Amino acid sequence: MSNFVDIALLAFLALVALAVTRTLNLFATVALTGIYSLLMASIFTTLDAVDVAFTEAAVGAGISTVLFLATMALTTSHEKPHHHHNWAAIMATLITGSALVYGTLDMPHFGDPQAPIHQHVAPHYIEISPNEIGVPNMVTSVLATYRGYDTLGETAVIFTACMAVLLLLQRDRRGGNRNVMAVPDADQRRGGQSMQHAMILRVFSKFFIPLIFLFGLYVQFHGDYGPGGGFQAGVIFASGFILYTLVFGLEKARQVIPPRTLQALVAFGLLLYAGTGIATLVMGGQFLEYKALAHEATHGEHLGILFIELGVGITVAAVMTTIFFTFAGRGRS
Amino acid sequence: MDILIYYTSWLLLLCGAFFCAVGGLGILRLPDFYSRQHAAGITDTLGAALLLIGLILQAGLSLVGIKLVMILLFLLFTSPVATHTIAQAALQSGLKPKLAEKERDG
Repeated sequence: MSNFVDIALLAFLALVALAVTRTLNLFATVALTGIYSLLMASIFTTLDAVDVAFTEAAVGAGISTVLFLATMALTTSHEKPHHHHNWAAIMATLITGSALVYGTLDMPHFGDPQAPIHQHVAPHYIEISPNEIGVPNMVTSVLATYRGYDTLGETAVIFTACMAVLLLLQRDRRGGNRNVMAVPDADQRRGGQSMQHAMILRVFSKFFIPLIFLFGLYVQFHGDYGPGGGFQAGVIFASGFILYTLVFGLEKARQVIPPRTLQALVAFGLLLYAGTGIATLVMGGQFLEYKALAHEATHGEHLGILFIELGVGITVAAVMTTIFFTFAGRGRS
Repeated sequence: MDILIYYTSWLLLLCGAFFCAVGGLGILRLPDFYSRQHAAGITDTLGAALLLIGLILQAGLSLVGIKLVMILLFLLFTSPVATHTIAQAALQSGLKPKLAEKERDG
């Protein structure tokens, strides 16, 4: 039965991937990539990787779809049709693809208990972490403590991506903001204005945005006990802000959270993460060794995980909102 | 009693699956945007609600059950608003319902 579910999901995945390559209307393509992410999240759920599924659903199906749509507001919504085949590209794809398939022949079978991944450090984590870290959700203890450096690196990657988007897209401030004044905001010109008159949507949003934030806080602070954590919570927070921007317009959203504050928060989250590492150094441990933060080891671990998850959440939320603001404020020029 | 709940939940799950399938068929077969919207609305509200109620009966009075109730409430708010917003956006961007044009012509 579970085999049947797996095969059905994978078949849908392949179909959606084919449809993505065949569709010329980019709106449809974006919708299909959203479906692809949701299918992927379902597959992760059937594999019991709930945290990954959560991230995939929130980031892949949620935020990236919105960012793709924002990009299309800046560019175009139709792909140019290709009438001739690029044989070199087809050959390169075929050769790479078959090399990858050949590579999978060496991989251990699905669910093989003898696979290297189950022999290396995983048994150690499963045996030791409940006592050593004291956090019920093992994914969080691996992500935040055993692999704390990697997570710091991931947060830095998100930070760098945000900086790159800002460098590429932000308007020249020294030019006296003339472009911002001259060109109305992208979302106000393109249907955003009509959306601001949609009463049902406005009332609904006013009622629901606080609930979205509440859920974000739950995901943020419940990450120690169940699926969730900084990445997912940050994306949920950002989606609340994005919904507000879509319904009430960019100007009002900028009044609620000024872009300058957002940019400070982008840096603050990463600094909070790295600062926790520095604090453990000062208090006599190694970098990101949270035991040093309190007298009792598990207490320290709890504190450390709380701080770094908060740092991740703040950075992710601020980065996603900043990127969306930058896209929406750019307009079609 | 347990057996009754069990079969009721399966009945609801099957009905929900049926309405989801009907909604999917409607999106494929109905003639224009607004009637397709109507079909999508069936999947969103009736199909999802029946599936969720069936699952709630299976879960019983537990944390999972309460979470499912909250998802149900969430869907009952979001789906109609989403359907309404999409339809309104289509109407304001100048998309006319197909049947109305036919009536005008004839």
